[in-house]
Amino acid sequence: MALDRRAEDTRPWIEKAQPRHPSLIDTRYVLADLYGMVNVPTVVWIDERGTIVRPNDVAFATDTYKAITGFDAAKSLNAIRAWARGETRQPDAEAVRARQSLPTPRHQLARAQFGLGRWLYEQGRLAAANEHFTLASDLAPDDWTIKRGSMPMRNLDPFGPDFRTLRAAWAEAGHSYYLPLPD
Amino acid sequence: MAKSERRHEFGPSVPFTFLDEGRASTGDAYREGADVWVEARTLREAFGWELSPEGLCRDAVCIPVTARMRLTEGGRVSLTALAELLGRPLVVDAGERVAYLGAAARERAESLRSLVAPDFSLPDLDGHPHRLSEQRGKKVLLVAYASW
Repeated sequence: MALDRRAEDTRPWIEKAQPRHPSLIDTRYVLADLYGMVNVPTVVWIDERGTIVRPNDVAFATDTYKAITGFDAAKSLNAIRAWARGETRQPDAEAVRARQSLPTPRHQLARAQFGLGRWLYEQGRLAAANEHFTLASDLAPDDWTIKRGSMPMRNLDPFGPDFRTLRAAWAEAGHSYYLPLPD
Repeated sequence: MAKSERRHEFGPSVPFTFLDEGRASTGDAYREGADVWVEARTLREAFGWELSPEGLCRDAVCIPVTARMRLTEGGRVSLTALAELLGRPLVVDAGERVAYLGAAARERAESLRSLVAPDFSLPDLDGHPHRLSEQRGKKVLLVAYASW
């Protein structure tokens, strides 16, 4: 699922990848809200009964950005394949719950601010949208789907100096940009 | 006069946009300070809630309403009191004449704690909708990514 403001932002990647699985566009950040996602990539394992067996985690499919992220794609892919083949023991419910990070009222307020900002952006009211993006970011400084996801709508480069400044400040404050599960 | 009996001084109504978790509708709003009041019809059309003798109702759910909640005045409903009663975040931009009612943290948290993967429907590049529950019977690796 691509958390993007419009399908055209993600079209080049999907068309190049030619996936055989459903590849969807989430312009309203439905997934971020429903699953409490705070960054991308975020992966969730769901079993045949529709039960979450591994909640929000970080996993990369390739080592393209390994030098920056520190994540080894092979480790995640091997674990996913083992699970798909049925070689992984099903964790008990409390073990899954212990790994969840649940949304707070403050964070939901941030998502409401972000939602209003996105609507104003779609209406072409860019200055007003920007105000709400700022309020959202202040309420949930750990939510990069908001802080970085709003950058294209604020005419900022999400890979440029503004992002690098934000990320550096976050690290200097002792926070991690990615929040993988412990194992 | 006790605070709960304070009569509200409403100005003339102004057209407003109401967003219920992103679903937009329009109606009249009455400003009072930072609060926005709406008539029963707007409450129903914009947010799906209705006032009845049983309280504030939506579908099969009714929430008892007491005077202390200061939810209603002269047939109008306070969006601030509504949000507080429902435990949902409310953002009002008076200058832009828009109010956004978001999803309750408790509702989201309870859903996730149930471990039942929240269902959703999203379109592919061709606009065809796909629902998560259509994949029931198969393992699903849900991957969220972005161009940013």
